[in-house]
Amino acid sequence: MASEKVKTFTDGNFDTEIKSGVTMVDFWAEWCGPCRLLAPTVDAIATEYDGRVSVAKLNIDENPNVPGRFMIRGIPTLLIFKNGELADQIVGLAPKEEITKKLDQHL
Amino acid sequence: MADRKVIIIGSGPAGLTAALYTARANLKPLLIEGLEAGGQLMLTTMVENWPGFRDGIMGPDLMAEMRVQAERFGTDVMQGNVARVDLNRRPFSFAFADGRSVTSDALVIATGASARWLEIGVDRKLSGHGVSTCATCDGYFFRGKPIAVVGGGDSAMEEAIYLTRFASKVTVIHRRDSLRASKIMQDKAFANAKIEFIWDSEIADIRDVTRGEVTGIVVRNLKTAKLTEVPLDGVFIAIGHTPNTALFRGQIELDEAGYILTHHGSKTSCPGVFAAGDVQDHVYRQAITAAGSGCMAAIDAERYLDGLPIPDETTDNAACLVAPPTSEILKP
Repeated sequence: MASEKVKTFTDGNFDTEIKSGVTMVDFWAEWCGPCRLLAPTVDAIATEYDGRVSVAKLNIDENPNVPGRFMIRGIPTLLIFKNGELADQIVGLAPKEEITKKLDQHL
Repeated sequence: MADRKVIIIGSGPAGLTAALYTARANLKPLLIEGLEAGGQLMLTTMVENWPGFRDGIMGPDLMAEMRVQAERFGTDVMQGNVARVDLNRRPFSFAFADGRSVTSDALVIATGASARWLEIGVDRKLSGHGVSTCATCDGYFFRGKPIAVVGGGDSAMEEAIYLTRFASKVTVIHRRDSLRASKIMQDKAFANAKIEFIWDSEIADIRDVTRGEVTGIVVRNLKTAKLTEVPLDGVFIAIGHTPNTALFRGQIELDEAGYILTHHGSKTSCPGVFAAGDVQDHVYRQAITAAGSGCMAAIDAERYLDGLPIPDETTDNAACLVAPPTSEILKP
């Protein structure tokens, strides 16, 4: 039951979606245990930062191009974009405070 | 009065078994699951040595079952990581990074152990970009590519065998000239045509940090000191674990490696504090031994609570206090 605040990005809409403002993208897959553990944190951040950060998930099985472009070799990975530019990344399971601390630096 | 009779920190087999037993003893335990909820089994595939499942069971499924079972008897599960503990005063108190706090009369520490990294620094820089400690998470990215696995124990062999599903070739790099892994895992690994071994060697460097991806490794032979470049796309590290005890450092006795010292079952140096699972065990480290020690900690905690206030030797908790002033430990 993902929060409705969390968008779904694809290879098709990715570039348009990250163009403006601060965006956080969660790269994940069904079979990834740690991704499931991170999901509630991503949901909570989407609600808490609603209107300030655009929060999205991108399924790496269904969308191989974007993960390839950013040389992602491990999930979960969170990428933070500011006006279309990669601004920060967090690899692996991270506590909520560590993620929000990084987000706050870009707001 | 404490918020809880007993708090359990950690949600692997040790923590969930302690929760099951204390819940069934009507102690209404609070289990704080921690960041890596479910523990190391969440990162495994088929578990074939958990008794009762003749065909094996998937690690994550086993943990989901244990959790539901513990909850069925009244365990409350709380998400999050404890940021600070104070074991110097009764009741014990626990604070979270977001400002929440909770107190208890007894504590079971089952925080487990986390994967160790190499000590060359470069491995962490390339984490998520070709270096990984989790084959089941990241193996997928190496379809048709050559990779390395570092280590010689059961976990390393399990990872190497699992990774042959994806990789074109798996090179195991091990510091010795024989494996530490169990006979059955060694046989499986030696029989696998995709697995090769480089003995008596360690990784001296991983290329290429500037490109932000793994393009190869430099292997050092420990007997000859000879360096060899091996081009490959990924490195999986399986060289053991470090106990998660930073939270308790200075408040209970640890050994030189950071493991909690237990005596007379699951007792720690601090009366009312019990430890179970990999956080206090660098010898057996099995799911079943973790669960067994979780049961012991639950029974010990129950007996302790029945007898309150009689900590075994002391009444003033002096044994808990090996270190810093309380003001530094718990900031509200």
